[in-house]
Order: sequence, then structure tokens, then C-alpha cells
Amino acid sequence: MKDQEQLLKEFQEKIDREEKIEPKDWMPEEYRKTLIRQISQHAHSEVVGMLPEGNWITRAPNLRRKAILLAKIQDEAGHGLYLYSAAETLGIDRDTLIDELLSGKAKYSSIFNYPALTWADMGAIGWLVDGAAIVNQVALCRTSYGPYARAMVRICKEESFHQRQGYEILLALCRGNAAQKKMAQDSLNRWWWPSLMMFGPSDKNSAHTAHSMNWKIKRFTNDELRQKFVDMTVPQANVLGIKIPDDKLQWNEQRGHYDFGEINWEEFNHVVKGNGPCNRQRLDDRRKAHEEGQWVRDAAMAYAEKRSNKIA
Amino acid sequence: MKNWPLFEIFIRSRNGLDHKHVGSLHASDAQMAIENARDVYSRRLEGVSIWVVESKYITASDPGDKDAMFEPAVDKIYRHPTFYKLPKEVDHM
Ligand SMILES: [Fe+2]
Ligand SMILES: [Fe+2]
Repeated sequence: MKDQEQLLKEFQEKIDREEKIEPKDWMPEEYRKTLIRQISQHAHSEVVGMLPEGNWITRAPNLRRKAILLAKIQDEAGHGLYLYSAAETLGIDRDTLIDELLSGKAKYSSIFNYPALTWADMGAIGWLVDGAAIVNQVALCRTSYGPYARAMVRICKEESFHQRQGYEILLALCRGNAAQKKMAQDSLNRWWWPSLMMFGPSDKNSAHTAHSMNWKIKRFTNDELRQKFVDMTVPQANVLGIKIPDDKLQWNEQRGHYDFGEINWEEFNHVVKGNGPCNRQRLDDRRKAHEEGQWVRDAAMAYAEKRSNKIA
Repeated sequence: MKNWPLFEIFIRSRNGLDHKHVGSLHASDAQMAIENARDVYSRRLEGVSIWVVESKYITASDPGDKDAMFEPAVDKIYRHPTFYKLPKEVDHM
């Protein structure tokens, strides 16, 4: 029997060799716990993320937009499922994960606690929120835990249409009349800063970064990813002809990056703690959907049991 | 309520290729697992055929036995064609 220290050493060597960790491999408890927390938070975000957009399905301006929005939201449900399955390979079951979301114990991305007020928000969400998610997720395709990395590869393949359809919505509005362009600008004003917050606290205040980087759960820090997102998005806003609401935003020749203003961390913490504009409503909606679906789950199981008894 | 069991999903992306493991999902029975697998793992023509099997029926080798299981193959390089040095004229054999 190998001792703990030896196992830990071999584990780290494996990670340093870029070998993936698979479900039945030995892993430190802390690695397992970190992954369960991160993957389930990610799964919950996909699921809760359907709510602000679901709000607009019946009000999409035409059939083409409606079909696209439906397909996009269906993808997000799929993403949630891929991720729940990946989390389950770590020895936690689905019902526990769902309970943790519904009881408010588990977290999900704070961005979904902001309301989607206008049709332009469907554009801003696709462009900025999915855009930020993609930056995060592309980096996670190389994460050290095999099932998580594979789920990410699958998700990344599907995400790029999400961002493009959102951008296309804004493009149509920006090429429209003055009121439409104003609507696009207004949604950028509201979604810009919360999108930057999606990358989490600044590196100097991030509790988990060092460990996660060592174990290659995370491959880039929050601030690195945030910078990547800003650099990628500014030129896209210019093409739309709308203005990012940040007076400090400026190209820095020396760094080869855009400088940008300080995030309102007070607001960030406020929303994370459950006091954003829609935290309550989102969880209520999830709970209601879960409770109202109970009879369907029960009936399906009863039917399956009855059928298998007949066969037996 | 009893929980829906977990199924492993295998998809053949096109005829001529093997079914490949793509992930897992919960369903009340195998039929529902196939229907859900279509929605979850094949929204973009990823497959032409789906296999599902309840996860509990899969027996896996122990990663701790990896060396004992697979090491014996390491020193049998004569199982590979490159082991045999032949004259150049016939080396494409
Ligand atoms: Fe997603
Ligand atoms: Fe998405």
C-alpha cells in the first residue's frame, strides 16, 4: 500500500506530464471537492442561464429568431446535462446537486441574476455573456480532469453559434432606426460590466486560484481571461458602432492590450451574496419547475417498473 | 421517489465506424435513454445509431492494476512490423 505522500507526488507528476485524470484514478480529496464545486456551479449556470432568455421566446420578433433562440436555449440545457454527468463521475449524485441548487447552497454565475428587459438583451447576452463563457470554456478544454475536459470540448463546439446569433441580433438593431440603435446601446450599457464580472474576482482576491492552477483545473487566471475577453470584444463593438460604457477603456500600445476601468466589486459581492435584481426570482422559478415536474418523473418511473415487471 | 438510473451512451457517427462513448444521462428506462440521448448528444447530426447501457452493468479495470495489466505488452516489440529489418528492396512488405 502506497502512502499518501507518495500518491500525491505521483498525482502531481501525472498532471505535470499533461496526463488527464480519469474518474477511477486516485486523486486528493481537495482536488475532487474543488472539481465538484466548480463543475456543478458551471452546470447550474447553464440551467439557470436558460431563464432570462426563455423569457423572450414567445416575444421573438419573427419565426426565424424564435427558432434560433429555442435552439440556443436547448443547447444550454444540454450543456447543463453534460456537466452534471461529468460531476457525477466524481461520486456525487444528480439529486444532491439539484438539491444544492434549489436550496440556495450552491452558486451559479451571477450574470443570470440580471433581468433581460428588451429584445436587444437577447443580442447582448449571446454576444457578451456567451462570448465571455467561450473565453472561459476554451481555456477549460485543457483542464486536467478528463470528463470535464471532454464536456468542455463538446460545449465549445456548440457555443460559437450562440455568440454569432447574438451579435447578429445587435447588428440588425444597429443598422435599424434610431430607436433600435438606442435599444442596442442601452443593452450594451447594462450588460458590459456584469459580463466582465463573469470572470470572477481579481487575481489578488481569488481564494482558489493557486491550487487550481497547480492542479491544472484552471489554466489561466481570472484577470488573464478577462483581459482576453476585453481585447476580443472592443473591435466587435466598433463594428456595431455602439460605445462600451467605460471612459478608461483605451488601447495600451506598450502592453499590447486594452486598459479598462475598475469593476464595481461592491456590486459583484452584493449579487454573489444573493441580493442582485433577480436572484430570488431565478431560484423560485427553478424550484417551481422542479416541483411541477415531479409527477412526470414519478409517472415515468412507475411506467418503467410496470413494464419491466411484465417482461420479467 | 426512486431515482432514474444512469445510462452510458454510445453513438456511431456514421456507418463504417464504431460506436463511441459520448457521455451519460439519467432516464427511467432504456427506451427513454435512447430518446434523451438523441436530444442531448445528437442535435447536430452527430450520429446514425445509438447504444445505451445502464452504467451499473459496466465492469471496469482498476487503474491501480494498470501496470500489471498492460506492462507485459511493453517488451514484446517483435509484435510490431517495424521490429524486422529487411533489405530495402522488400522493406515495403
Ligand atoms: Fe452553454
Ligand atoms: Fe451558450
